[in-house]
Formats: sequence, structure tokens, C-alpha cells
Amino acid sequence: MNDLSTIVDQTLGEIARAADLNALEQIRVRLLGKTGVITEQLKSLGGLPAEARPSAGQRINEAKQSLGEAITKRRAELEQASVTAALAAGQIDVTLPGRGQASGGLHPVTKVRLRMEELFRRAGFRVAEGPEVEDDFHNFEALNIPENHPARALMDTFYFGDGRLLRTHTSPVQIRALREGPLPLRLIAPGRVYRSDSDLTHTPMFHQIEGLVVDENVSLANLKAILHGLMEAFFERKLGIRFRPSYFPFTEPSAEVDIECVFCSGKGCRVCKQTGWIEVLGCGMVHPNVFKAVGVDAERWTGYAFGMGIERMTMLRYGVNDIRLYFDNDLRFLRQFQVG
Amino acid sequence: MELSEAWLREWVNPRWESVQLAQRLTMAGFEVEGRTPAAPVFSGVVVGEIVECRKHPKADKLSVCSVTTDGKNRLQIVCGASNARAGLKSAVALVGAKLPGDVTIQRTPLRDVESHGMLCSARELGLGDESEGILELPDSRIGTDLRRALALDDTILTLNLTPNRGDTLSVRGLAREVAALMGKRLAEKRQKPVSPTIEARFPVKLSVPRACPKFVGRVIHGVNARAQSPLWLRERLRRSGLRAINPIVDVTNYVMLELGTPMHAYDLLKLQKGIDVRKARAGERIRLLDGSDVDLDERDLVIADAAGAVGIAGVMGGERTAVSVSTTDLLLEIAYFSPTQVRTSARQHALITDAAQRFERGVDPRAQEQSMERATELLIAIAGGEPGPIVVTAVPKQLPRPQAVILRRSQLERLLGVRVPDARVRRILESLGMSVKSSREGWKVTPPSHRFDIAIEADLIEEVGRIFGFDNVPETHARIDQLFTPVSEQRVDAERPLWTLVDRGYHEAITYSFVDPKLQEQLFPGARPLVLSNPISAELAAMRVSLWPGLIAIARENLRRQQDRVRLFEAGRKFVTSSGALHEVATLAGIALGQALPEQWGEAKRVVDFYDVKADVEALLATTGTADIFTFASDSLSCLHPGRAARIKRGDRNVGWLGELHPELVRTLDLTYTPVLFELETAAALEAKLPVFEEISKFPAIRRDLAIVVDEGVPLAAIREHVSVGARSLLRDLRVLSVYRGKGVDSGRKSVALGLIFQETSRTLTSQDADLTVAAILERLRRELNATIRDQ
Repeated sequence: MNDLSTIVDQTLGEIARAADLNALEQIRVRLLGKTGVITEQLKSLGGLPAEARPSAGQRINEAKQSLGEAITKRRAELEQASVTAALAAGQIDVTLPGRGQASGGLHPVTKVRLRMEELFRRAGFRVAEGPEVEDDFHNFEALNIPENHPARALMDTFYFGDGRLLRTHTSPVQIRALREGPLPLRLIAPGRVYRSDSDLTHTPMFHQIEGLVVDENVSLANLKAILHGLMEAFFERKLGIRFRPSYFPFTEPSAEVDIECVFCSGKGCRVCKQTGWIEVLGCGMVHPNVFKAVGVDAERWTGYAFGMGIERMTMLRYGVNDIRLYFDNDLRFLRQFQVG
Repeated sequence: MELSEAWLREWVNPRWESVQLAQRLTMAGFEVEGRTPAAPVFSGVVVGEIVECRKHPKADKLSVCSVTTDGKNRLQIVCGASNARAGLKSAVALVGAKLPGDVTIQRTPLRDVESHGMLCSARELGLGDESEGILELPDSRIGTDLRRALALDDTILTLNLTPNRGDTLSVRGLAREVAALMGKRLAEKRQKPVSPTIEARFPVKLSVPRACPKFVGRVIHGVNARAQSPLWLRERLRRSGLRAINPIVDVTNYVMLELGTPMHAYDLLKLQKGIDVRKARAGERIRLLDGSDVDLDERDLVIADAAGAVGIAGVMGGERTAVSVSTTDLLLEIAYFSPTQVRTSARQHALITDAAQRFERGVDPRAQEQSMERATELLIAIAGGEPGPIVVTAVPKQLPRPQAVILRRSQLERLLGVRVPDARVRRILESLGMSVKSSREGWKVTPPSHRFDIAIEADLIEEVGRIFGFDNVPETHARIDQLFTPVSEQRVDAERPLWTLVDRGYHEAITYSFVDPKLQEQLFPGARPLVLSNPISAELAAMRVSLWPGLIAIARENLRRQQDRVRLFEAGRKFVTSSGALHEVATLAGIALGQALPEQWGEAKRVVDFYDVKADVEALLATTGTADIFTFASDSLSCLHPGRAARIKRGDRNVGWLGELHPELVRTLDLTYTPVLFELETAAALEAKLPVFEEISKFPAIRRDLAIVVDEGVPLAAIREHVSVGARSLLRDLRVLSVYRGKGVDSGRKSVALGLIFQETSRTLTSQDADLTVAAILERLRRELNATIRDQ
């Protein structure tokens, strides 16, 4: 049985030299496969005399075991080597940019509008809409701005020559909402408004958010609370606020609202013209004539209304310094607001 | 309005610093927009008198003055002003004086004559742009510092006054408010009447008493209009932004600023017969003071004499009877005109004048007599003259009369949300000149004649709140019912499509709702948009009937800005007229042109095409949960490429368009790339379906791929239709794997490879089931679409 030990010796060398898993498998099949050398030897045990069988069987089994172990060991080595090789070959440049589409962004005015809507919804307001092509009744008359009223001159109106016009403010939505009811109501109405004015600080179209709350005992004190809350929520900080008496035909009393300058925290800077204050909106208690125009009993109901420019809030929030940029739609501008 | 603070303080002088005064005014509703020094900083300038004035030996235009600033010592000063003369008191900048513009006065020889200082003009001191000669200060004392002599340490307040408070367009009006803020009623100045010295009168007739119920006139003879108004008066005018002209005009302006009553002076010798305040006649014309000619009509109220109109009432006087330096005899007019009347004329002729501004907001109908006395007093002091009696022509019942208004204690508290003590309410109202009577539920309040804005209770509540201080109103949160409002799930949330597009690489744009009518007509010929009658420019004149004109315009701008990949969308309304009615249709539209993807290393460069954008539209439609009911039908729209345009349909409803811009438009609009455009009518397109749970099949799916060859003209929609019918209920999904034309496929035919997924919910499909289904499908495709099988 020199034969066997020679085979074992030779094959152990081959196993150790096997270059890859494939070669190793071939060796295994040749030795231990169905028709492998060792397998054959085991099969041939039956032909030996009975007394020779145990010792021969033992030797064959020992050979089989030592070859098997050698193969297992070599396989582990080769597998390890292949992982190592894959690792070595598989290195990529992780700093290369990803493939595919880039994402866009919302217009800053829309971002601010949506933010405002969200804040107001949380405070119990609903979002209403109204037409942009309006008539004299809704845009002026019912808002206590009769023909020849000086306030008309302040709002350069676009007309269509047939009585229709482009709304100059979102206030007509107040009229529609009051007519539709039901009361009480709490709503905001964001949207486009139009004035025939175009220069460094005016564009012929811009956006406003109108607010209207009507209930049985709504007061100026409530209005102050709502607007102060809104400003602090919008700017995410404590802010001083002041209500300056002013004049709007559709509110009485009326006020303009200033907030502490968000750029200098009220210390005085170029933006607030050193006053420390920035005007942000107009507001007031709904004028009894407005209630009258829409058939709401001004003795039973009181209300407040406010209106603010979205572009202005956007400027204050993001520091945009030129209103015309909003409508140039320059991608280099729009890309700056991709956040969120 | 601009106003000297010192002038205001002459009427009422609170102990507040200038800044605080401005703050109080602002918080009372009279916004102080600016505070500027009345004069720039300068020092070392005093009042001096020219004792002698000789010609400069070497220069014709210069003179050598001997000036004293203390009555004893003399300074030699060279001066170039033509009004330099002996006996003149003027402003002397002494050696070492610092003048505006960083000028320091030094002793210097001027053409070989030593000058020990400088005689100053208004311009050199920053007191206006009049540079005609050195200042003339006849009323000032020698040696006085000029800043004191002219009260230059003053502040000009710039006020932004609201249109309802015409009564505050004067020193007196603002003084009343300041007094009220101090808690008291303004002590009005007593005006001593000027006794007439002559009997002259001029007849006045009021033909339209409704529009002009009161006309106060006074004749003055023998005025010297060549006299110069004193510097203090000119300074006050200057600080209100007005130029001094001659004493007559200066006094009328001064009285208007001080007392709020606009007035007018006529050259009496140019007036014919008598004044008639009447409606203008059709075809009547007037040349105004500013030299412009105005065509009048019956809506205008004019002051007329026998020869025609001499002024538009309350707006501007006429040239024919205007005063000049040669005027000696005057008729002064202080009238009351109805606000509506003045507004009508001012608006009609686009004349914004100081007078019209005041009249259209309302001028105190009781102030005319007093103002006339004030004007007479000033004018005679400056320019001499013999005054006639004041003649009041009036129709008293046409004058506005203040109406009492009831203020209820309960309503005051209800609206302000704070209780103001009764005594405080009364004091506030009285300090504003109102007469107040207590009543059971509150007060009966009669406003003074100068207030035109107090008609209802809310007006009084505002007054109380304003003086009480809005700052003193607490912030109180209302208690409200926690009511739920229904939120529909049958509609895609309004924000969702925006984010979908954002995530797919689009930037949101906002373009004007009015567009260039020419571009719009190019894109949508015959669209008949709504057109503005007063557009801001011809390019922004037509309401958009689609969002595409705006998007194309800005896409083009962005290409010009070197962007080679533009993806923009807009959500907004288009304005479409159909069967006579205007519809504002909420629309979502987009444009993509240039590179399909950002330039990158892993993807080949290619230009965006129809199918890229179709995927974006499909992504939008998928958010409705009903993607399968949308179809894209080949159709034509004049602005789109006829072979690359699809009408987007939801069932039978048209909900939008998708397509490439027509090549002809790409050429004429000079676009570097062909834009792919889409537009969806959001309300119709984005109705959503409430998801309903379906059992998930527990049985495996089977996939079969097949490639068929059909005629070029057969759309995928047809193939899908037949596959679906042929597969009966087994088809779960159909994927288009490739569309191939060329070698191996006859010309005019195309090969379409499909991946079909079959699945049954109740059992496991067998291979045989799949084979039978495929056979049925192929049979149907062969029969209906003349399809052949490739590579089978």
C-alpha cells in the first residue's frame, strides 16, 4: 500500500499549490468524488481478505481524512484570498457625485405663503380664495371705498373697460366670505393682487394674505394677540411689535403694525431707516359699513381684518433686497431657496 | 407734509425731546417718516452790517466791504454779490468759521485785497438753493449768531398723514393733536382783527352753494409786492418745502400751512366786474398759474369774473388774474369748497396741489374769517396796503354741520378689549375739541367743525383708542370653539404636485398674470384674451389664457443667462372666456428644455424629450391614485409640434396638454433648445380616489416576454388594449422593454418588446396557463393589429 501514501504525499503538495477554488475542486473530485481515487480504494476494500480489511480500511480513512482537512484548509485560504482580492479590486472613488436627476425648489414667495398657511391653520384659520378679476362692488364699494374716495387714488387699479378690474388687494375675499357665511368665521385668503405701479420698489403684481375673524365679541386686544403671535411664530423669535393708528376705509379703528427690525433687533440699521421698526401689515376692526354692505348685523358681530404683503415678509425672512427679483425667475435666484 | 418743529412748538410745547415728540405723533397716527436738521452744521457765522461798500480796485464784479459785527470794530471783506451795499445786514462768516461742505474760512487775499471773512448767501449756508446774493437780514441784531437769529437749530419733521385727517395738514391741526396727547385742549391763538381802512369791496355771487357755500373776500389796496418777505417767514416756508416768491404768494402759503385754510390772491385790477362761483361751461378753457391750458366742463366748479374762469375752485388759480411783483391791489379769497367737488376737478385734470389736497379732505368751514385776519395782518406788515372790510358771502345751510354721535361705554370696551375709565374717555374727547355730554349708556359727542371723519361710533372708539394708546390695549387671546373642518381626501393635497415637480428637478416660477399679447397670439392664435384697458406696458396687456407664454418667456431669459438646462413650473390661474363667461382656471404648467440631466460623469449627455416630461406628468397623475384612467391622445394644438403633442384626458374629460413646442416657434422665438411643455387643469386632473384595500395575491406571478412587430402607426395604447383583453383578468402589469426599428424589421414596421406579468389571486398559475394566455394574446394581436412575432 505504498501506492496510497505516495498519492497522499503527492496530492497534499498539489492541494497546497492549488491556485484557486476551481483547481482545488478538481483535486477534490479526482480524489474524493464518486469515482475518485480514494473512493475507488474504499470500494476495493471488499476484495481484500477479511483480516487485511481493518488495517487497510483504517489507512484509507486516515488518508481520506488528512486529504479532506488539507482541502478544507486550502479552501479557507483561497476564499480569504479572493475576498482580499475583491476588496483590493473593488475600491471606488466615493467622492464622485451621484448619478441622476437633481432636485428643484419652490419659489420663495410660495415657501412663505405655505408657511403662513400652516401657521394660521394651526391657529384655527381656514384658507379661502377669491377671484382675481373682480368687480367694483367687491373690490371697492362694499369695502367702504365709494366712487371718488381718496383711497382709490392710492391703489392704481387695472381695468378691463367693462366694469371689471384686477383686484387691488385680497380684501374682496372678506366680502365674499361674509356673504357666504356662516358666522363666526376665521379665515385667511392668500393670493395675487395687482396695481399699475412699477418701479424699484413696486411690481404690478404681488401677493397678499388677507385675514378675517368675525365673532360675537372680537376685539382689538384679540387682534393684537393674534398678530404678535404670528410674527413671533413666523420669525421664530421673540419680537417687539407696535400698533400705530392709521387709516383704511374698511376698518375702524385701523392700525399699521411694525415689528422690531429683524436685521438689527431694533437697534437701528439701513433697512429700518435707523428707526428700529419695520412696517409689516395693516389691520383693524371691521368697519360697520362693511358689515352693512354684506348684510351682517354689526350690533351682534364684531370682527377684525388684516392684510400683509407676502413679498415683504419674504424679504424680511430671507433678506431678499429687490422685489423685482421675484418675477425675473432667474434660476440662479430660485436655486437659493431649494431648502425644505 | 414737511414742517418746522419749532413752528409747531410755538403753538404747543410739550416737554418731550424732539425724538420723543416724533414718537408720540407716530403712535397717535401721524407717522413721522423723517427728522432732518433745518440747516446743516456750521459755526462762526454772525449777523453783521456793511458800513461801507467800495468797488474792488482790480475786479469789476467784486466789492470791498467794511463790515461790523459789534458796532465798533470793522472787518474788510471782499464780496462778489450784487446786493452788497452799505447799510445791509447780512451773514458774516468770521475767520475760522466752519461752513457746510467742510469749508473753513481763512484770511485770504482776493485779487490782492485782504478779506477777513465772507459774506454768505443762503446756498453757501445750506439754506436752500437761492444763490442770488448774500442774505438780507434787516430785522436781526448785529453780532447775533446766525443760527440763533434764524432759529436754525430746528428739525424738519416729515409726516405721512392719512387721507381721513385733512385737518392735520397744518401747524394748528397738528398742534391740536399734540395738545390732546398732553391731555389738554389746544389753547387757540387769539387773532386780533385788522380794522379796515378803506371801504372797497368786490361783489361775489355763489351760483352753486352746494359746491361752494362760503366765500370770504377782502380787498387790499396799495400793496408793495416788490417787498421781500422776512427771512423767518421764508425759512418756515422753506422748511415746509415751499419757495418764497413774493410777499403776497408767501403770505397765502404761510397761512395755509399755519391754519390749514388754502387761500388765493387775485390781482384786483385784472378782475372784471364781479366774481361768480359757478359750474364751468362746456368748451370753457383756462390757462392756469403753471402755464398749462385746461379744458373744463360742467363737472368743474370755477371762480369766474365777467370775462370767464379765473381759477378752478380749490385746485389752482388762473394766469390772467395772477398776482405779480407789479400788483398793487388785491382780492384775497378764502373759501369753503365741498370735498367732492374739489376731488372731482383735481382727479379729472390730474392736478395735485396743496390746496386741492386740503379741500378734498375737508377744510374747517368756520376758519375762513380768522385766517383772513391773519393773512391781512402779515401782508400789511410786510408789504403795506390798505385793507377793506372782510366780506363773507355764504349759504349757511349748505355748510357741513357736525352731527352728534353716541358712544356707548359697552361698545367701547367690546371693540377695544379694554376698559377705559369714564373720566379718561371724556378727557380724551374733550382734548380733541369735541363737546361731550354724558348719557345713560355713555356719551353724546359732537365733533368740532374741523373734523370730517367722525360720523359713527366706531370713529369715536378709534379716537379714544388712539389717544389712550394702542400700546395700552392688552394682548388677549380669544377663547374659541375647537371645531373640526372637513378635509377632503378626494383631492390631491394642493402642495403635493408642487413637491412632486420639485423632486423631479423643477424650480417653481411665478410669472405675471398678464402677458405679451403678441407672444400669446403667436402661441394661441385667435384666443381672444381678456385685455387690460390701462396696462402698465404693451408687453403686459393681455390676461394669460395659458401659463405657457410666461414660462416660455422666462425660460428664454434663463437660456440667455447661460443656463443650458431649464426646468420650470408654475401653479396659477389662467383666464379663459368660454360662452361669454370668464373662468379663472387653476393650472399647473411646466417647461423643460436643454439637458435632460445635470451634466454628470455617469450618464450620457442628451437633450430632454417628450418622454422625459411625460414621466413627470405621469408622476403627477399617479398621485391621484387613478393613474390608469388617464390617457394621452395624439392631438394637435397650433403651438405644439403636430406629431409630438398629446391631449391629456381623464376618462372623457380633457385635463391638459403635453408636447414639444412647434419647430416654427422654436425658430421665431430663437430658442436654442426645443421646449417640452405641459399644462394641467388642476381641479379636474388632480381629483383623487380614496384608496380601497385589495387582497394581496399569495400566489406567485409568472412573467413572459415577447417581441411583436407592428406597423409604425400602431400606438402602444392599442397594443396595450389588445394585450389586456387577450389576457383577460390575468394581466397584472405590462412593461415596454424596447421599441426597435431597423435591421431585421421591415421598413414601416417597428418591433415592440413587452414584459408581461400574469397572476391569479385564487391559485398558482402554471406554465401552461401562461403559455395559453400568451397564445391568446398573440392571436388577438395578429388579428387586430396585423402583428407578427419576432425571434420566437
